[in-house]
Amino acid sequence: MPDHDREPERAPDHGREPDAAEGLTRRRALQVLAAGAAGAAAISAGACADGTESGVPGAGDATGFSGATSGGNPRAAGTPTDPDMVSPIIWWDLVLTEDELATLAALCDVIIPEDEHSPGAAALGAHAFIDEWVSAPYDGNREDLTRIRGGLVWLDIESSGRFGGRFTELTLDQKHAVCDDICWVENAAPEYQSAARFFDRVRDLTSTAFWTTAEGMADLGFVGNRPMPSFDGPPPEVLERLGLA
Amino acid sequence: MAAYVLACHGVRVLLLEAGRDYDPVSETPMFQLPADAPLRAAGTADKPFGFYDATVDGGWRVPGEPYTSAEGVNFMWWRSRMLGGRTNHWGRISLRMGPYDFKPRSRDGLGFDWPMTYEDLAPWYDRTEAFAGVYGSNEGLENTPDSSDGILQPAPAPRAYERLAGKTCDGLGIPVIPAHLAILTEPQDADRLSRMLWPNNETARRVTYDSMRSRAACYWATPCGRGCSIKANFQSTTVCLPPAQATGNLTTITDAMVREVTIDARGRATGVHYIDKKLRADRHASAPVVVLAASACESARILLNSRSSLFPDGLANGSGLVGKYVMDTVGAGVSGQIPALEYLPRHAEEGASAMHMYMPWWLYGEQAAGHLDFARGYHIEFGGGQRMPGYGAFSGIEPLTEGAYGQRFKEECRRYYGSFMYFDGRGEMIPNEDCYCEIDPEVVDQWGIPVLRFHWKWSDHELNQALHMQQTFAGIIEEMGGRVLSTVQTDGARAILAPGQIIHEVGGVRMGERPDDSVLNQYSQSWEVPNLFVMDGGPFVSNADKNPTLSIMAIAWRSSEYLVDQLRQGTL
Repeated sequence: MPDHDREPERAPDHGREPDAAEGLTRRRALQVLAAGAAGAAAISAGACADGTESGVPGAGDATGFSGATSGGNPRAAGTPTDPDMVSPIIWWDLVLTEDELATLAALCDVIIPEDEHSPGAAALGAHAFIDEWVSAPYDGNREDLTRIRGGLVWLDIESSGRFGGRFTELTLDQKHAVCDDICWVENAAPEYQSAARFFDRVRDLTSTAFWTTAEGMADLGFVGNRPMPSFDGPPPEVLERLGLA
Repeated sequence: MAAYVLACHGVRVLLLEAGRDYDPVSETPMFQLPADAPLRAAGTADKPFGFYDATVDGGWRVPGEPYTSAEGVNFMWWRSRMLGGRTNHWGRISLRMGPYDFKPRSRDGLGFDWPMTYEDLAPWYDRTEAFAGVYGSNEGLENTPDSSDGILQPAPAPRAYERLAGKTCDGLGIPVIPAHLAILTEPQDADRLSRMLWPNNETARRVTYDSMRSRAACYWATPCGRGCSIKANFQSTTVCLPPAQATGNLTTITDAMVREVTIDARGRATGVHYIDKKLRADRHASAPVVVLAASACESARILLNSRSSLFPDGLANGSGLVGKYVMDTVGAGVSGQIPALEYLPRHAEEGASAMHMYMPWWLYGEQAAGHLDFARGYHIEFGGGQRMPGYGAFSGIEPLTEGAYGQRFKEECRRYYGSFMYFDGRGEMIPNEDCYCEIDPEVVDQWGIPVLRFHWKWSDHELNQALHMQQTFAGIIEEMGGRVLSTVQTDGARAILAPGQIIHEVGGVRMGERPDDSVLNQYSQSWEVPNLFVMDGGPFVSNADKNPTLSIMAIAWRSSEYLVDQLRQGTL
């Protein structure tokens, strides 16, 4: 059973080097991140200076983080057990094919579609995250690779059998018709049990991919990850709602 | 902690660290999002508590440094190889042991008494809390000691779900009070505190003052487990070592894995052998006094590996008790979903990262009256709220959402966000002779050092306590109108977490009243080798439900003062 709010999330064991194209994209994305971190640290320095008279951290932090943009953390060995956390890299090959990624992207968008509040999951790279996940050299991830590859093949066979086209070629209603049969393990017919487990895993991974981005957090209305001058507890309307006012 | 106190007293200290140099100020990934890390920062075998966890070359396994377990035993040993060790990522929960906790055998006939009382240690708790910066309040509850006036930092305001649980627990007779955590909620009063800690020592006062002034108060964001670049929480790398360094009396060598304490013909310690990990070469460091603080089991390992004709069973092991009576904390938990928290208006709930409130053990009376089938208490740590979504966000909610996907799934996630809670029990384990570590005769690590083999057996006290935890937590969740999501077990062996998993392993080098019944005296000094001390969790005689780090530090401070007195008297 998942502990939704707890930090340690288990995933499992080990392996090698990144795909050139994907690796490059990743590195570019991370430069943006490092700049963002430096910015945030600068903000924090300002916030602290307000509250404290002494020459508290601030500038030093910003320097530390911005140092990251030019080559990361010199102390970290850059190994899997001592990774550079400021300029992280994906150190394993990504294994899914273009076709698999296209099918996965379509499925991710069925699971979390675009609406007036936020983009769909594929626009936030959920399928790329799942590629990263199933390619990772740990035991649990390897199991997911088999399950998800097998499920993607099944999805296209099922789509062709029912509607005469690959999953990506189906209308939204047709996609829903397929997904309705596999969206709940408990209710899925015996012949759909393995497909339902595939779907459940993709839904979990899509959910992680989507909600852990800045856009996903904004959709939920998450308030945090920025320095606050004080912590005042819940606002009055919350206390009222809970009968604690 | 010992390095800080000793260096402040003018003692020249050589600190040998088995891991690499580490600086939280420049290395902590404070604001990075999960999406910025590989695998959305999920835990892996390489980084079990997640990518950003402040653990280097560690976790449940250390590359090239195995340990073994006896058949059927699944002891989990968390280590890290970095300056400051596990203080970099710990939970910061800082609860004092109470008067009962020092004399458990006298109270109920089980386990062993400490060779000191609460009153003996109380002044050192005050000093440690003032130095580290611990928030909390004084509630005057049974066996839940108050700190002296002017010691604690102000407790942070309770979060919405903490207040809701508090209201429910009031009705159940369970006290919910401010937790004590080693996190600054306001800047330390450096002038007052440094004078209080070091009234007659100008150097110590100055370095402590400067260090306190360099620490900022919490800015109510980012997880403490990553470390803290603004030094708001306690890590020995930001709090103990910088002032020790500033005295000019501390020399640190990193990547130095101690393997053996050396002795002279009289059986006095002369220094240690260590492996220079970078050169893969053996080195010797000489010293008039040796203090082991390698973590409880690692210190036992060093002693057991220090064999000689004078000490054939390991150094300072005439009692045969080195490695014996290792304890962890009893852990069991239940999570639930609370409808009252659905669609709650969004607001900041990160706060000081960890809990602001907790429940101390409350059933002393029931226990004394014989109404419970376990002898010792536990406290409750709980959490939830509108936190930053991480790996696993909304995973496994299929049973709640009946397989929803598409727009309905998106809506369901918005609905359930912030409505999950968990309750974890942390309970006292009674030491027993089946829980110990010894040298595995067949296995060495990559440095050629024989490794530990662990043995373990819970007693019914621990198993029954774990069941009581789960039943209690399920009751709280139901009373809150919530849905219990965990399986509440009827077999204690299924409810309890694995030994070592709470990472509170202590004992193995216990202190006591007599040399035949303990390894150390009450000042953490070896009975047999007077210039040898152990100042980590090893000296623990019992393991109350109070998380051990604060007590480790307070005992180390008291023991270090004794060490300095002995040095001055010339007895060492």
